[in-house]
Amino acid sequence: MTTIPIDEPRIEQHSNYLTNGYSVKSWLLTTDHKRIALLYLITITLFFFLGGAFAVLIRLDLMTPAGDLMRDETYNKMFTMHGIIMVFFFLIPAVPAVLGNFLIPLMIGARDLAFPRINLLSWYVFVIGGLFTLASVASGGVDTGWTFYTPYSSTYANTHVVLAALGVFITGFSSILTGLNFIVTVHTMRAPGMTWFRLPLFVWANYATSLIMILGTPVLAVTIVLVAIERIFGVGIFDPKLGGDPLLFQHLFWFYSHPAVYIMILPSMGVISELVTCFSRKRIFGYGFVAVSSLLIAVYGFLVWGHHMFVSGQSVYAGMIFSFLSFFVAIPSAIKVFNWTATLYKGSISYQTPMLYVFGFIGLFAIGGLTGLFLATLAVDVHVHDTYFIVAHFHYIMVGGVVMGYLGGIHFWWPKITGRMYPEGWAKLAALIIFVGFNLTFFPQFLLGYLGMPRRYHVYPEEFQILNVMSSAGASILGVGYLLPLVYLFWSLRWGPAAGPNPWAAAGLEWQTSSPPPTENFEKIPIVTQEAYAYSEGSGFPVSPEADYKEGGSPVVHS
Amino acid sequence: MTAHDEHSISTRTYFLVFTALLVLTGVTVVAAFFNFGHLNDIIALVIAGTKATLVILFFMHVWHASGLTRVFVLSGFAWLALLMAFTFADLFTRWQVEAAG
Ligand SMILES: [Cu+2]
Repeated sequence: MTTIPIDEPRIEQHSNYLTNGYSVKSWLLTTDHKRIALLYLITITLFFFLGGAFAVLIRLDLMTPAGDLMRDETYNKMFTMHGIIMVFFFLIPAVPAVLGNFLIPLMIGARDLAFPRINLLSWYVFVIGGLFTLASVASGGVDTGWTFYTPYSSTYANTHVVLAALGVFITGFSSILTGLNFIVTVHTMRAPGMTWFRLPLFVWANYATSLIMILGTPVLAVTIVLVAIERIFGVGIFDPKLGGDPLLFQHLFWFYSHPAVYIMILPSMGVISELVTCFSRKRIFGYGFVAVSSLLIAVYGFLVWGHHMFVSGQSVYAGMIFSFLSFFVAIPSAIKVFNWTATLYKGSISYQTPMLYVFGFIGLFAIGGLTGLFLATLAVDVHVHDTYFIVAHFHYIMVGGVVMGYLGGIHFWWPKITGRMYPEGWAKLAALIIFVGFNLTFFPQFLLGYLGMPRRYHVYPEEFQILNVMSSAGASILGVGYLLPLVYLFWSLRWGPAAGPNPWAAAGLEWQTSSPPPTENFEKIPIVTQEAYAYSEGSGFPVSPEADYKEGGSPVVHS
Repeated sequence: MTAHDEHSISTRTYFLVFTALLVLTGVTVVAAFFNFGHLNDIIALVIAGTKATLVILFFMHVWHASGLTRVFVLSGFAWLALLMAFTFADLFTRWQVEAAG
């Protein structure tokens, strides 16, 4: 890949997927994977800020040891709805449904996904599930925690459990449909010459994610139905009083929900693999290992769920097996991290915004992953189980992982999606604010948990106040960091400089078509002769889009 | 899709499978009137499993499907087996907890 002219930004010379119809109907009935990706983008952004609003209230309440902002029941509802919305309506769909939808066909040289109408259906199913969940919020909320543990959820809770669970149930089908679509697409729609081991690693990661989605999500759906059956009809499944087994719920729930963590971060890891090569101007180190490690994570992730149940009454024998197996899941993750750092080695690194998110991801993932090993250790887990140590750990892995990968990816592909550059200076500032805010929010929680503060409590001993105030202060910084991209990305839609087809001089197929791409993606289906990482080593970063912008290279004006 | 058409299942086969399903349903009903003790559950599950297999193989066309499709079908069952194996690994060893307590 040598020079690609980027100094002649051209937008709207051809019609593109954004100009192909302006009516509401042309969006709501579209089968274009790129438009559906944008529908998802808007939807999950709304859910993200709603889930964030609950987090704000939680952190406000935790500023004082007395828990005097809200009643105990209200606090229970706050963290429940924060968890349900963030997990099922942001973290799980964020990268696959937005970036995966947009990019997979472009990256493999296809005109769309294999089942465009099923793709649209998946968005509608997602929205319907979201509406059910919102209905449960509006009608007073749920207080079971996002994990819906029985027998509380199935027997005792007096809140709208069935409504919220139904929302999660329905949304699961959107996930299954997306996974199915991705798998069939990768198997059948690759352009000529796009062999499996030329696939971009982002595609590998989403393929592995899709396997988890179709193998795991049905179990969650069935579990939720069982809770509803017990709750509505009093059939004894989980409630010991009725002859059920409450641990059965936890087995079924975590059979899905541990792998769900990989549904969240595998696609992000795929994003990181793409970004780290582009901004090191180097081929990814150990392509095959990174690709296969995604599959290993997907399969292996199903063997460790019992590490959530060490102190729940699970047998000691099962606990030992799950502890032992949990250590192994660190291996494929570590393979990825080591390969990324090896890619950086002797690369010509440039520090554009997406690359800042790469560093953020590696840092947060390393902390989150290593503390996961603490938790996989039976004896340590007994000490920190159900404390803020867990809360910190899973926020580092899930939120750190997804937000870094998602925002890094959104910035990297924003020029492709919209045809506009985002303002580099603001974006770097936001990335920095998010990184600092994130660590200030969640690192103190490791300490709190280790000192013994339980999760899901809002009244706590006074000696924990300093760390809690630090965490809340961090959350306010984090909030600013999240709001900034919302503002400047909107701004860039109108005032951002035109990007041209390939502002990063990146090697992937998606950069060989215009920005924004035409509805059919490519004028002619490309014939692939090399993998997506054909960077000539040490070529340096060609032209900084920022410089382009500062020169006042005023973008081509369009309608 | 031509490969698919070549192997399309004949109407006769559909009716045979349908009849077999009806017969097996009858067997389920008849079996319910006898008490086989411990075998009750096993008999019911074997009949149900046979019926499900017939549906998957013929009504869902797996009999003539490609190797890849079969791998995906089998992996679904492998995952179900995994779920049950590890869950029972807990259930059948809980006595150790009691001993420790
Ligand atoms: Cu887990």
